[in-house]
Amino acid sequence: MATAAPTPTPRLTAPAPRGACPFAPPPAYQQAHREEPISRISLWDGSTVWLVTRHQDVRAVLGDARFSADAVNPGFPFLSAGARELASGKPTFIRMDDPEHARLRRMLTGDFMIKKVEALRPEIQRIAEELLDKMIAGGSSADLVRDFALPLPSLVICLLLGVPYEEHDFFQECSRVLLRRDADPAQVRAAQDSLVDYLAKLTESKRTAPDDGILSRLVARGELTAEEIGSMGRLLLVAGHETTANMTALSVLALLRNPEQLERLREHPELIGGAVEELLRYLTIVHSGLARVATEDVTLGGVELRAGDGVILMLNTANRDEQEFPGGDDLDVSRDARRHLAFGFGVHQCLGQPLARLELQIALSTILRRLPGLRLAASFEELRFRNEMLIYGVHELPVAW
Amino acid sequence: MLVHIDQDKCCGAGHCVLAAPEVFDQRDEDGIVVLLDARPPAELQQAVREAADVCPAAAIRLEMV
Repeated sequence: MATAAPTPTPRLTAPAPRGACPFAPPPAYQQAHREEPISRISLWDGSTVWLVTRHQDVRAVLGDARFSADAVNPGFPFLSAGARELASGKPTFIRMDDPEHARLRRMLTGDFMIKKVEALRPEIQRIAEELLDKMIAGGSSADLVRDFALPLPSLVICLLLGVPYEEHDFFQECSRVLLRRDADPAQVRAAQDSLVDYLAKLTESKRTAPDDGILSRLVARGELTAEEIGSMGRLLLVAGHETTANMTALSVLALLRNPEQLERLREHPELIGGAVEELLRYLTIVHSGLARVATEDVTLGGVELRAGDGVILMLNTANRDEQEFPGGDDLDVSRDARRHLAFGFGVHQCLGQPLARLELQIALSTILRRLPGLRLAASFEELRFRNEMLIYGVHELPVAW
Repeated sequence: MLVHIDQDKCCGAGHCVLAAPEVFDQRDEDGIVVLLDARPPAELQQAVREAADVCPAAAIRLEMV
């Protein structure tokens, strides 16, 4: 039996500040989760939307076709001015609903299927070893983000797409602008345009000089224009750069802060698969929430939502939900965390997750094996956390060994 | 247990292959789910239930027969 919607007075704002523990969701959202798990919240532009914090409700919305990911729907909530600016351009499939979303996504699902990704294992392992060789040869301390966590997934996604890695300063700068919550809309547009232009030109060059990368394969299908391929390539390139990079560095930091868990993983390297799922759950680096809009009236968790209501789904509180993960505020590398929502849920669930899993398993196990004396080389309090970015993490991670 | 899959719904996330590789595979050309065993033996049924539970697209339906 549905109850009436609570008073539509916004109590919270997004984004909310973090509390004392930089790994935990903002205290204001945790409080909402305990007291009013589906509550009203006001966004940067003054609009009022629903904040959904429980595991069961987040999963329900993401699996329900009555909630749209398409920003053309009235009431769609934008998490920043930059996000609104991007949505005014040509959308990629993450901002589409089925069947158009499925048509475009299926052009890529074959590239990220389990056995294709597994076949990359030796190559990714080789890249990890080489980066660590170079880092270790450079002395007894380094910035793990700059020297390992970022170049590893960057090299891999460039290889998969058929993009020359030598241009990485350019893509990484564009990625940083696109993922800033506080970026100026004009800067976002310029970064977006220059990245798509670059990839569209690169795509054109593949017509005469094809390789076995994804861009060439999309050209060969003959269904998309160079600009459409450039736009899809932009999505993959940005997603491939920042997500695994931040998960790697933040995971190392979380393990250093939980030395008994780190020891456990060193002593039992076979736990790495489950440990990666637990780190994904515990850290939830997509920390700003996912946006959807109801296209019909829907009753969710006993609350009535109207067609046109915007919804922000907090993956981080859902992944700490005690109903689903008892003791969820603790990192436990032997927990069964497979029902976590760090990659989202529903038909939009992260396309690259098999690749992300493999990269994280290789990155973390290789670091643990090769750097037995690994320690933080700065005080924890000095670290700069990525509160202002759409993907959470640390800007630098000074380590010594 | 009788397993049904809906290839139109599948989004190619591959959880089913990780959970129960004896029962599910992915089509080479596009990663869409392929059913290897519609009547899995008792010892695989828990893994199949997990596969159905974590499938983000609800593309796996289980019928108890």
